Amino acid sequence: MAVPFSYSLRNLWTRRTTTILTVAGMALVVFVFATILMLAEGLERTLVETGSADNVVVIRKGSASEVMSGVERAQAAVVEVQPEVAVGRDGRKLLAKELVVLIALPKRGNGKASNVVLRGIGPASLELRPQVRLVAGRLPRMGSSEVMAGRSVVKGFRGVGLNEWVCCGLRDWRVVGIFDAGNTGFSSEIWGDADQFMQAFRRPVYSSVLFRLRDPREFPAAKARLETDPRLTLEAKRETRYYLDQSEIMAKFLRILGVSLTVIFSIGAMLGAMITMYSAVANRTAEIGTLRALGFRRRNILIAFLMESLLLGFIGGAVGIACSSLTQLITVSTLNFQTFSELAFRFTLSPAIAAQAMGFALGMGFIGGVLPALRASRLNIVDALRAV
Amino acid sequence: MTTEAPAPIIDVRGVSKSYRRGEVVVPVLHDITFTIAPGEFLSLMGPSGSGKSTLLNLVAGIDQADSGRIVVEGVDITRLTETELARWRANSVGFIFQFYNLIPVLTALENVELPLHLSGLSRRARREHALTALDLVGLSHRLDHFPGQLSGGEQQRVAIARAVVTDPTVLVADEPTGDLDRVSAGEVLDMMARLNRELGKTIVMVTHDPRAAARAHLKRHLDKGVLSADDPAENPD
Repeated sequence: MAVPFSYSLRNLWTRRTTTILTVAGMALVVFVFATILMLAEGLERTLVETGSADNVVVIRKGSASEVMSGVERAQAAVVEVQPEVAVGRDGRKLLAKELVVLIALPKRGNGKASNVVLRGIGPASLELRPQVRLVAGRLPRMGSSEVMAGRSVVKGFRGVGLNEWVCCGLRDWRVVGIFDAGNTGFSSEIWGDADQFMQAFRRPVYSSVLFRLRDPREFPAAKARLETDPRLTLEAKRETRYYLDQSEIMAKFLRILGVSLTVIFSIGAMLGAMITMYSAVANRTAEIGTLRALGFRRRNILIAFLMESLLLGFIGGAVGIACSSLTQLITVSTLNFQTFSELAFRFTLSPAIAAQAMGFALGMGFIGGVLPALRASRLNIVDALRAV
Repeated sequence: MTTEAPAPIIDVRGVSKSYRRGEVVVPVLHDITFTIAPGEFLSLMGPSGSGKSTLLNLVAGIDQADSGRIVVEGVDITRLTETELARWRANSVGFIFQFYNLIPVLTALENVELPLHLSGLSRRARREHALTALDLVGLSHRLDHFPGQLSGGEQQRVAIARAVVTDPTVLVADEPTGDLDRVSAGEVLDMMARLNRELGKTIVMVTHDPRAAARAHLKRHLDKGVLSADDPAENPD
């Protein structure tokens, strides 16, 4: 049987000032750790949610994103006639030949220019992306110089509000609608007629072809046929996979940065916990001697002090995670390295991140407490009893 | 026909102990031999540094002799491993310290319950035993008080309750009245005498106080690590 848990808990409460300071240090580290992982998770989830598992994106082989891709009209026509392409209620193929170009717009906060994705869409584009909802104004007419802007673009950039004019591609484009695509990358785009954009930006080729599968299980067959057709130099990806790939570099970068930074910070927090626990052992030497004299074994003392240190870590972890969960209310906008365009997303706290952060906090508590606990357990009983 | 004397409950034979201070070896106990019969109340007296606390620690199994044998209730505790010794202490010895040595963050009841955590008793049984022990020392009304909320005398009574809660055969007391006023000291000594008389506890007490020593049946003196012959104490009653 062990030393009662209340012994460890109440000792933390007895020296609450040191406990609060140690917990605060650990909480801060856990907050940074969790927040950076949440940033990566938010980015990843935003891009993954952007795609739909039924949709297939066809881009030029070897190009990492639509921005670098080019699909010739003839190639797009070949894709269009594939048997796996679904047919809409109106009898037309659920396929959109799209163009993606980047334009620079001034940001609201500092006026500095940043890239925004301008997506040329086709008639089927909206049906292929049911998450896109018009929230103000109307849809742009095909064949006109009208565009609609995503909600995050309107929030983050100047001059893209309803009925404002965006000047690019040597033309002025009137914003006739604002759309919301939820927590997806489309909210950070401006949409207009693909053919109009091709003329204005002098692009003879599409960036991508997007189509819905007649049956999601037919993806391997469609992919195999498209990628082995000698007329095509294209590759097909499920839309979800395509966006996940886009988030990979950025998310990996954030995770490596986050973990490296917090490991460095955590050394400070662990030293703090160690000092707290060493002082606890020094102040309670006679208590340790008494417990040993009563029959508690070295292992019981080791566990009691480790428990105290793990409790410090647990409280620090809980406070850190609670604080980091508040950042979910914030939407941030950053440059996606893969598309060179701004992407708005939210910090996302997943159960896995909470578990990782708590594991990290408990790890700090353990490392900070193990040496003082070992010292406590190794004290000679007679010497410890003399410390009254 | 002769009446056989009862087998001693504590049998100390040829025990020596020295401490090392840097390069210097300081002898503390030299070839100590004595026995204590069951239900005896022995006081150990002697000047500071005479080795009486060391001898008490050896008998209580919290220190190791350099040589010799200590048999308590038929168990040679000098041959036990550290883990066995810890288990033996939990079952067979009750400690009463000069400064009470209560755990400040635990209530009186929890302090008394503490040694029972090693007994494997259920939570309810632990509580019942602790309540009985506190009732025995007249502190049933102070169950939820922390040591800091109790007087010195009350704290020592809680310590006595903790010492007897596991029903050990031997109680060791190191200057149990050393930190108490005269009235409280008298109460504590009364209680120890009662435990010895009514519950048959064997008590070994180290003290400087001649009035405390007088409550014991036997007085032994230690001087420079050598134990004097038996000296029956005067009956204080």
